[in-house]
Amino acid sequence: MLLKKPLRLSKAWVVSLKTLLHLFLLGYLAWTFYLAVIGQLTADPVQGLLNFTGIGTVNLLFATLAISPLAKWLPCGDVMRFRRMVGVYAFVYGLSHFTTYLVFELQLNFSQLSSEIAKRPYILVGFSALMLLLALSVTSPMAVRRKMGKTWQQLHNWVYLCLFLALLHYSWSQKTLWGDPLIYWAVSLLVIYSRRQKLKRGLANLGRKPSLNRKKAP
Amino acid sequence: MAKKFTPSVKLTDNDVTDEAVYRQRRQFLKSLGFVGVSAAIASPAQAFGLFGSDDDKAPKVATEPLTFTSPAKYQAKDAKTPYGKVTGYNNFYEFGTDKTDPAANAQGFKTDPWTLKIDGLVENPLTLDHDALTKRFALQERIYRMRCVEAWSMVIPWIGFELGELIKAAKPLSNAKYVAFETVYDPKQMPGQRSRFVGGGIDYPYVEGLRLDEAMHPLTLLSVGLYGKTLPPQNGAPIRLVVPWKYGFKGIKSIVRIRLTDSQPANTWNLLAPDEYGFYANVNPHVDHPRWSQKSERRIGAGGLFSTKVIPTEMFNGYQEVAPLYKGMDLKRNF
Repeated sequence: MLLKKPLRLSKAWVVSLKTLLHLFLLGYLAWTFYLAVIGQLTADPVQGLLNFTGIGTVNLLFATLAISPLAKWLPCGDVMRFRRMVGVYAFVYGLSHFTTYLVFELQLNFSQLSSEIAKRPYILVGFSALMLLLALSVTSPMAVRRKMGKTWQQLHNWVYLCLFLALLHYSWSQKTLWGDPLIYWAVSLLVIYSRRQKLKRGLANLGRKPSLNRKKAP
Repeated sequence: MAKKFTPSVKLTDNDVTDEAVYRQRRQFLKSLGFVGVSAAIASPAQAFGLFGSDDDKAPKVATEPLTFTSPAKYQAKDAKTPYGKVTGYNNFYEFGTDKTDPAANAQGFKTDPWTLKIDGLVENPLTLDHDALTKRFALQERIYRMRCVEAWSMVIPWIGFELGELIKAAKPLSNAKYVAFETVYDPKQMPGQRSRFVGGGIDYPYVEGLRLDEAMHPLTLLSVGLYGKTLPPQNGAPIRLVVPWKYGFKGIKSIVRIRLTDSQPANTWNLLAPDEYGFYANVNPHVDHPRWSQKSERRIGAGGLFSTKVIPTEMFNGYQEVAPLYKGMDLKRNF
């Protein structure tokens, strides 16, 4: 056994690790924008940024969803203290993705934005995923969470739909079905697998009418 | 006694540049306008594009200088896309689906020896070997706009000859109506042909087609080079098709066979997604692709994010002279 007792992170450790995470996630985003500005991010900087921020969003969603299984398996439950932050960064990257699209691809043509969302299903799907991430982010402060009570968890279970929409958007934006998105779908199966108990419970509850809940389980 | 003189740099005959190579280099520089009077007036932008920051991204495969003329009527005024971007950003799924994959994965690709066959409904079937590709027909430089269906565009100085010249040499029969093209099938050299995952799930070899009158149009080029030198493999070495009024995917790369037929040949992207990619694939701002609006395009130039130009797309990519080819056709249905 590596550790005799669970590893607890002191406040100082949490603060320093969070600072490092901020520096890394913001720094990476800023550095990539800088590369695009100086023309070093592939030949087509707009496409390069769209790829980076889009894939970054999905990666951060995966990271967010990996934290609670990790908290169970690692002898350190304190990793949960980073989940909210990583989740909000998924939204930050998603927002940069959308902003890049609006500012540099559509050149702030808002009427084209609405027609593109209406005409192209894959853009509608991506936009819906972003709106879900927005809803999850604005309800992430502790004060809001406390006020929302049980509905908070119900709302935040939509993160799975958000992941599904994000991956659908990614696959659909490609010219062929065979490609990198397949790897991401495979990883999403891992995310589901790590939650199979929760999923089973959820499905069982779906199949039951509320009145049947009073019956004792066999 | 004086000490025997020994040179600090030891050179042997092997280090001397062969005269033929030396002359070829001078010819290449001359053709680009870097030697003599024109060197003084060559624009700095051109110099930057060729020998500036893009040099470190230049292809690792040796490209040979070509001898060619530059007819004035084919010199587009648009600013050229730098060499590094033309050779570093490619769709060539045989070498991977990412646009930087071909430059990374195609460097060992062998283009010599090469055989290009022209057969089918012709009186005089031909076979061109590697040297014939660049020597049998007089080469011209043509600066063409290239528009990708993904809504980005480049301006590229191609070197090549008219496809029509080759077809005339093969003497088409009267019942020939279409021209079918085929890319080399060599899974040993092309990772995308070995693995569905690398190659985007496309059925190889890549095939394309043109109507005979489109193929005979003087704008239609068989290209063997760009920016004065032979094509790097990621751009379709040793010979590829360039049809400037059509989307880039019509420009089939690394061609081994050209066949004249009496029925419309298959084209790869149409086989894969017929509702998204038609046979004609004419650049048309009025017909959208399901995922990319075709009304405008991002022109890939020398600069970065803030210099990205979004410009309106023109019918036939601005090559209005081809409009008579489609007289009476509904280009919304025949996209």
